[in-house]
Amino acid sequence: MAATPRIIVVGGGLAGLAAVIKIAEAGGTVDLFSIVPVKRSHSVCAQGGINAAKDLKGEGDSVLKHFDDTVYGGDFLANQTPVKNMTAQGPAIIDLLDRMGVPFNRTPEGLLDFRRFGGTLYQRTAFAGATTGQQLLYALDEQVRRYEAEGKVKKYEGWEFLSAVLGSKGEARGICAMDLRSMETRTFPADAVIICTGGNGAIFGKSTNSVVCTGSAQSALYQQGAFYANGEFIQVHPTAIPGEDKLRLMSESARGEGGRVWVPRDRNDKRVARSIPEADRYYFLEERYPKYGNLVPRDIATREIFKIVYEDNMGIDGQPMVYLDLTHLPKARLHKLEGILEIYEKFVGDDPREVPMKIFPGMHYTMGGLWVDFQQQTNIPGVFAAGEADYSIHGANRLGANSLLSCIYGGFVAGPQALQYAKALPAQVGDGGHAEELARQKQKNSGLLNNAGTENPFKIWRELGETMTKHATIVRYNAGLDEADAKIVELLGRYKNVNLSDKSQWANTSFAFTRQLYNMLELARVIVQGARQRDESRGAHYKPDFPNRNDEQFLKTTKAAFVDGAPSISFEDVDISHIKPRPRVYSST
Amino acid sequence: MATAARTIQVEIKRQSSPDQPATTEKFEIPYRPNMNITSLLGEIALNPVEVTGKPTTPITYDSNCLEEICGSCAMLINGKARMACSALVDKLEQPIRLAPLSKFPVVRDLAVDRSVLFENLKAVKAWVPIDGSYDLGSGPRQQPQIQEQRYPLSNCISCTICMEVCPQFNDSTSFVGAATIAQVKLFNMDPAGSVLKEERLRALAGDGGVQECGMAQNCVAACPKQLPLIEAISDVSRDVVIQQVKDFFSL
Ligand SMILES: Cc1cc2nc3c(=O)[nH]c(=O)nc-3n(C[C@H](O)[C@H](O)[C@H](O)COP(=O)(O)OP(=O)(O)OC[C@H]3O[C@@H](n4cnc5c(N)ncnc54)[C@H](O)[C@@H]3O)c2cc1C
Repeated sequence: MAATPRIIVVGGGLAGLAAVIKIAEAGGTVDLFSIVPVKRSHSVCAQGGINAAKDLKGEGDSVLKHFDDTVYGGDFLANQTPVKNMTAQGPAIIDLLDRMGVPFNRTPEGLLDFRRFGGTLYQRTAFAGATTGQQLLYALDEQVRRYEAEGKVKKYEGWEFLSAVLGSKGEARGICAMDLRSMETRTFPADAVIICTGGNGAIFGKSTNSVVCTGSAQSALYQQGAFYANGEFIQVHPTAIPGEDKLRLMSESARGEGGRVWVPRDRNDKRVARSIPEADRYYFLEERYPKYGNLVPRDIATREIFKIVYEDNMGIDGQPMVYLDLTHLPKARLHKLEGILEIYEKFVGDDPREVPMKIFPGMHYTMGGLWVDFQQQTNIPGVFAAGEADYSIHGANRLGANSLLSCIYGGFVAGPQALQYAKALPAQVGDGGHAEELARQKQKNSGLLNNAGTENPFKIWRELGETMTKHATIVRYNAGLDEADAKIVELLGRYKNVNLSDKSQWANTSFAFTRQLYNMLELARVIVQGARQRDESRGAHYKPDFPNRNDEQFLKTTKAAFVDGAPSISFEDVDISHIKPRPRVYSST
Repeated sequence: MATAARTIQVEIKRQSSPDQPATTEKFEIPYRPNMNITSLLGEIALNPVEVTGKPTTPITYDSNCLEEICGSCAMLINGKARMACSALVDKLEQPIRLAPLSKFPVVRDLAVDRSVLFENLKAVKAWVPIDGSYDLGSGPRQQPQIQEQRYPLSNCISCTICMEVCPQFNDSTSFVGAATIAQVKLFNMDPAGSVLKEERLRALAGDGGVQECGMAQNCVAACPKQLPLIEAISDVSRDVVIQQVKDFFSL
């Protein structure tokens, strides 16, 4: 239909910016929506690096090995064709980022340097100091600013996506969004929409994610008919610094250099850590895994720490924390950890060279997300998705440094595909559903503002986070999952009685948050019910009552649909056309 | 400590919208160890009541990553421009005074409009004009020394603290500020980015350009990411002068 199709991209992290660049380059015009200025998107937090099999270290690495590592690391739950395509494009993506000016670390010869990451035997991870995500995001942000200056991109920063506008056949005709300053709610026309709204850590209360990672946009689309896939697959990093406001990542290298994890043997021991003698310390990883000790694989370390706290009730001072102790290390070793020690010092205020760090596993990443086909299109025609917001690529467990790659790959596919779709789109019937959607959203707004209830939304959120962290992260039991679902239903009931202390209509952040909270609650049920139904253990999903992977029953993608106000779960076969599933055993490789 | 404080005293400068007068509200928050300013603001949201018992509204402020890398939460904390996420309550004198940055238009409470920086970055073409995003093979080789010079400049988080503390950054000079100048140096140093070097230097030659810098050096002291700002300003100043001379003789 349209001579110059109008594409809306929602989200300006790596995935969204990648999509924008492809569309602008192909001559399309883009309206780019983001809650925060795109340069402040969560992608800035990534530290470690980005994977691509460039094989610049003479190791014989190859795209096919990267492909196999990713599928194997994901415990065979990922559809293989997109993974194959992504890994094949990896080297070209790194080259492009390099040409954009990303200050990647270099070898003496001036080539890109690579380091080794988890789940592989090859040095495949390109990095820019300790802030790779920041550097990549800036490079894409700069390219988009260039297109903005040329008039090809219009940014709507400080606008929040509320819902898709759907036409007479259920196809995308635009979005409804809210200006977070004026609180104006209006619709915007588009021939195709690309959702790149990132992760959903806020559903777990505290996580390693940024504040705006609520999953609200994904949830809104799920409630409008989009499938949400593999929601139960949540990656929990074993060592994060518990904070009052968030969990900050503490790199695995601390244990690599000899850090030891322990708790006092007596749960009532009130002595300061350093004065507790060796005999009264319980080095539980070393005692339970004499061979690997503190360097057991991530998922095992995570599970053991969780058990110590929630099953053995041995967390420090009854809190969900254990010690990660570096105080015994010689100065030379500590020096190698300088960067991360500074983070701890800056945010906790203690010197980890003198005082054992207090850490706990932290919700880190969602493998699940909006269901998409191999062209990144959801089941709502004209709505595409990319980045952490979609479910493809990582299966049951993401390998480190694969996410940044998948974000850029996904955006690079979604952009051109959306453009192609939009060019073939027939004219809309009537107003394309705009008036109706606007009325629906305005009604939600006024409902919230006029509610005379008594519930504080931030308290509901805190309770949601507590129940999700307790029952739906590391160790899952069906009874606990049922309890969590009942709790969420209770919270949804209390939400009806929510009271906003701020009813103003200017930069009302608690109003925006309260809207997101509803979507978080609905998406939390998807996570919990997906986990409830999957009676097996696979990747990050672990049920002690079903400790093995069960390919016969569960080598399937979980698909949640919103039916009669609740998740309805079905299963879909996984594309295993390239690599035959085999047991995932890291100890023997 | 024998006399550990059980509560935290906070005074927050508030303003409900750009055209409303500013007021100060006082809060008393139950003490917990290891709190930072963003968690303190979260506590107020949970229970938005002033110290007098009067109900109020949650505080509006910008934040996202909470680990000092997204650049969102800059504000004045006890009079000093800094990031709220990395400001630890245990290290601050009480009552803790919070106020919005003073050189940018207030949106509401502690949130200000800093879009001027992004406009400045557009004006100096802070990007590498690549031919296209398709596969054109590897980029040029680059000595590690160049990467080591570029990387620190590329760490700028656009927090605008360098602009806030600069005496020259005000309505009468329209000075672009240190952050933008540092980005000019960064892109002029890039092998491919340097193709726009002359345009960038010309953009910094006129009113509000690099010569407005008064060398107060507040920026480099306040920068949370320790960017070598003074060095960048003097390098770019020199290049701007050279460019001006060149342009003069080619008239
Ligand atoms: C601490 C940490 C370290 C990490 N390190 C690595 C690493 O080393 N390597 C790696 O590969 N991966 C890493 N990851 C994972 C990786 O950083 C993320 O998965 C990735 O950056 C997500 O990018 P994205 O583009 O999907 O979304 P994001 O970068 O989260 O961007 C989301 C965008 O959507 C916008 N948005 C959200 N909701 C709405 C809405 N309703 N309306 C409008 N806009 C909206 C936001 O404003 C933002 O612009 C790390 C993650 C964390 C937490």
